[in-house]
Amino acid sequence: MMRFLLLFSRQGRLRLQKWYTAISEREKKKIIREMTTMVLARQPRTCNFIQWKDMKIVYKRYASLYFCLGVEHEENELLALEIIHRYVELLDKYFGNVCELDIIFNFEKAYFILDEFLMGGEIQETSKQIVNRAIESSDMLQETMEEYMSKPAF
Amino acid sequence: MPAVSKGDGMRGLAVFISDIRNCKSKESEVKRINKELANIRSKFKGDKALDGYSKKKYVCKLLFIFLLGHDIDFGHMEAVNLLSSNKYTEKQIGYLFISVLVNSNSDLIRLINNAIKNDLASRNSTFMNLALHCIANVGSREMAEAFASEIPRILVAGDTMDSVKQSAALCLLRLNRTSPDLVPMGEWTARVVHLLNDQHLGVVTAATSLITTLAQKSPDDFKTSVSLAVARLSRIVTSASIDLQDYTYYFVAAPWLSVKLLRLLQCYPPPEDTSLRSRLTECLETILNKAQEPPKSKKVQHSNAKNAVLFEAIALIIHHDSEPNLLVRACNQLGQFLQHRETNLRYLALESMCTLASSEFSHEAVKTHIETVINALKTERDVSVRQRAVDLLYAMCDRSNSKQIVAEMLSYLETADYSIREEIVLKVAILAEKYAVDYTWYVDTILNLIRIAGDYVSEEVWYRVIQIVINRDDVQGYAAKTVFEALQAPACHENLVKVGGYILGEFGNLIAGDPRSSPLVQFNLLHSKFHLCSVPTRALLLSAYIKFINLFPEVKGTIQDVLRSDSQLRNADVELQQRAVEYLRLSCIASTDILATVLEEMPPFPERESSILAKLKKKKGSSKLPDMDDSRKNVNGSTEHAEDAEVASKVPSHTFTDDLSVNSAPSSGASLLVDVFSDFSSAAPTEGSDEHFPRFVCKNNGIIYENQLLQIGLKSEYRQNLGRMYVFYGNKTSTQFLSFSTSVSSNDVLDSQLNVQEKPVDPLIEAGAQVQQILNIECVSDFSDAPILNIQFRYGGTLQNIAVKLPVMLNKFFQPTEMTSQDFFQRWKQLGAPQQEVQKIFKAKNQMDTDVSKAKLLGFGVALLDGVDPNPANFVGAGIIHTKTTQVGCLLRLEPNTQAQMYRLTLRTSKESVSQRLVELLSEQF
Repeated sequence: MMRFLLLFSRQGRLRLQKWYTAISEREKKKIIREMTTMVLARQPRTCNFIQWKDMKIVYKRYASLYFCLGVEHEENELLALEIIHRYVELLDKYFGNVCELDIIFNFEKAYFILDEFLMGGEIQETSKQIVNRAIESSDMLQETMEEYMSKPAF
Repeated sequence: MPAVSKGDGMRGLAVFISDIRNCKSKESEVKRINKELANIRSKFKGDKALDGYSKKKYVCKLLFIFLLGHDIDFGHMEAVNLLSSNKYTEKQIGYLFISVLVNSNSDLIRLINNAIKNDLASRNSTFMNLALHCIANVGSREMAEAFASEIPRILVAGDTMDSVKQSAALCLLRLNRTSPDLVPMGEWTARVVHLLNDQHLGVVTAATSLITTLAQKSPDDFKTSVSLAVARLSRIVTSASIDLQDYTYYFVAAPWLSVKLLRLLQCYPPPEDTSLRSRLTECLETILNKAQEPPKSKKVQHSNAKNAVLFEAIALIIHHDSEPNLLVRACNQLGQFLQHRETNLRYLALESMCTLASSEFSHEAVKTHIETVINALKTERDVSVRQRAVDLLYAMCDRSNSKQIVAEMLSYLETADYSIREEIVLKVAILAEKYAVDYTWYVDTILNLIRIAGDYVSEEVWYRVIQIVINRDDVQGYAAKTVFEALQAPACHENLVKVGGYILGEFGNLIAGDPRSSPLVQFNLLHSKFHLCSVPTRALLLSAYIKFINLFPEVKGTIQDVLRSDSQLRNADVELQQRAVEYLRLSCIASTDILATVLEEMPPFPERESSILAKLKKKKGSSKLPDMDDSRKNVNGSTEHAEDAEVASKVPSHTFTDDLSVNSAPSSGASLLVDVFSDFSSAAPTEGSDEHFPRFVCKNNGIIYENQLLQIGLKSEYRQNLGRMYVFYGNKTSTQFLSFSTSVSSNDVLDSQLNVQEKPVDPLIEAGAQVQQILNIECVSDFSDAPILNIQFRYGGTLQNIAVKLPVMLNKFFQPTEMTSQDFFQRWKQLGAPQQEVQKIFKAKNQMDTDVSKAKLLGFGVALLDGVDPNPANFVGAGIIHTKTTQVGCLLRLEPNTQAQMYRLTLRTSKESVSQRLVELLSEQF
């Protein structure tokens, strides 16, 4: 099972956090701090896995963003890497060549996409088509552009 | 501004995010956020009712602020309101907010639960999914209470949409993890298992996750999943890659599902059904074969997914540990990966081989890779890979390669990353101990550890080397010599000073014959380090000095001068000062006899699990550690604890040896002190050679004989029908004993019942010195007499003859047995024949004290069974006497009568002679 997924920039700015176990805010902040320092300090071309406490940390860098997944011990590291990759593919498909700014400005979408893909720390749906379809259909439920434009800014 | 704003963007939110991004400093960011929070607060508090869109926008802003790391203390209510909106987009933001900012406020939880309930009942799959996600995200107990019975229904209902089934399965999984007691099992079990046959691979994947977790908890309920999982797996691995459509990931068929199925199978032993088993073996072989095929794509995703399945298959092969052929193939495959150019694969191969090393089928195959692994240790650039190499070397170590592996680890230690040094130190220390055929190698290895990585040598490591040296007399001389030499180095680590101080304090006499390491040289060497050491080390050195005064009367004056100096007697540290004062006083007023007793060599430590191993286990999950041989447990360990408690109340709290009784030191040091005190009261020289004999019925250590010339001390340990006794002969005079010899004699009857084998003893005992002799004892059958130890030596021209009855009694071969009260009475009745029971009523010779009696009975060797006897004042015990020929079960009952100052003791055993003898022995103790 996965315990958490963190996305952070090369400067260590957190862009997304998803926790699959109940832990205190304090503990979360501690883990975020430790993960960013630990992962950012890694040399290039080292392996993508780190043993950390009772967990395995699987991380991968995509452009300016680090994706960092904390998984339980019996979890398959290589497949955890591919979970990250699949998430990147889904974001890519939705935003069209996703970049860090997309995730900053549309953070709620990044969460929604993640929720279609993972749930309770397990993979929910591995088919890219099905996840994309689900996200598209939920977008259809959103209000139309005119409705949006007629709303006041503040 | 956002590069993409699809669907429903929120302009206000985008503006706000831009503002934050444009802030030049943390202060301006905080200022902007506070302004926004004030704005939102006023909107929420305002009279004008907010429309759904505005509410959504503000809630989303709050969420953004929270995710930036700021605290949010309002807005929860507005978020909850959004949940009941019929606009999907508002509902979705409401759920997201709740999921991220879980609030334990029970009023809100009730409202949230209400909204969830409505959505679950809506039969709109999008809303149901949102609700299920929220439950899974929060996963609190209140939610489990509200929905744990509802979700299984949704999961197995025939008309549930596939995507809802997936969510329901994982939601149930989450609740089962957080509140397993609330998730009902049973009626839906079979139908959940049946989901493995579902058409939709997404449903199968989610269901497999759920079933795996449930099967780990109650494997029997989900046994039927094994055949379904094998069938499913078989279909996947043999399918052409296009069959599974979108579940094929970079030309690999359903890698996630395959791995999950392989993990589910790891909850079970290999299938017993032969056709099922061969089908699974085929699957595993196919997966292994595929690894040898050329890749279908150059993309790393292809090789990752393919190898993920391969590693999981290998994990299953290792878990089954039953097919030598597969194990060896797995090992060869991993061997290939060890040299792969992908760092990730090298890392995983090392990790996986670690578990393979513990299988007897593949241990040898793993060992063939030793050179590659050592090479990895030396050349890998990545510390986490090197760490895995260390783990694997540790796992593959056995008697045949231990010297090489320990040497490699030691040399790696010199340059190892600081982060993993302590662990390597622990591993080296454990391997050195485990595979030491010759303990000189062990001592050398540990001293090397201290030299190379002294700062990383934890207390446990140096405690352990001392325990081992004390327990092995064959290495004591070597250890003394080696530490003496190591201490010559101008700069040595403080841990070495500790070990050196302790060992020379105990065994410095063994090397004192050489003028280069004469007592004075030893003392000066230790004392030259004194001022550079920390307080605890100095305290230990002071104890070593007082031990020197006992070992070497000739340096007494020098040491007393040191103790007397102002820097000791007036030391600002209270512990050091107290030691200096007390040791000085002790050395001045106590006679050599008393000194010799108080400062006697430490008794052997009870053999128990290595404290280092415990520490390593604590440091990381114990799963990967091969178990140490822990069969060497001390049968009488409980005795010492009992004595401990007894003694503690009688002896002043500060014992002379406290700092020297390292870590798990036995309390015999303390009980010796009690003997000293009792000798003060009965100061008359001992004439009768078996006067002390009864004292040893309930304990194993102490002084068995003493006259003006000679003191004989004993330490003994027993395991099942075997025993070992260390006999210490102390020369109390200032003249040598010559032609010292001993022999053990038994009468003819006893000779056939008990074997006592003596190790040779030094024919010369120097003035004031002590020599040790080991006796090995084997109990062949039950016996009543005791062997006699005959000692002969020449003292000042006269031949001395001493005979001592050795305290080897039948009860020493007891193994305590715990049993329930029902078992006890059943056996008690079975042993009801008249010749099996022996009873004795006798007058109390000592004060009738419950705790003392308990300690004595435990020392006698039985387990005390609480709550068996209806009268709580009575004692009931059980144990088994181990002899070579038979084992005799013994039940015991002791009924004190405090008014009459009498006891009634009843023994029931299957053998009359045993009952008889045990009553004789025990009745003398009260």
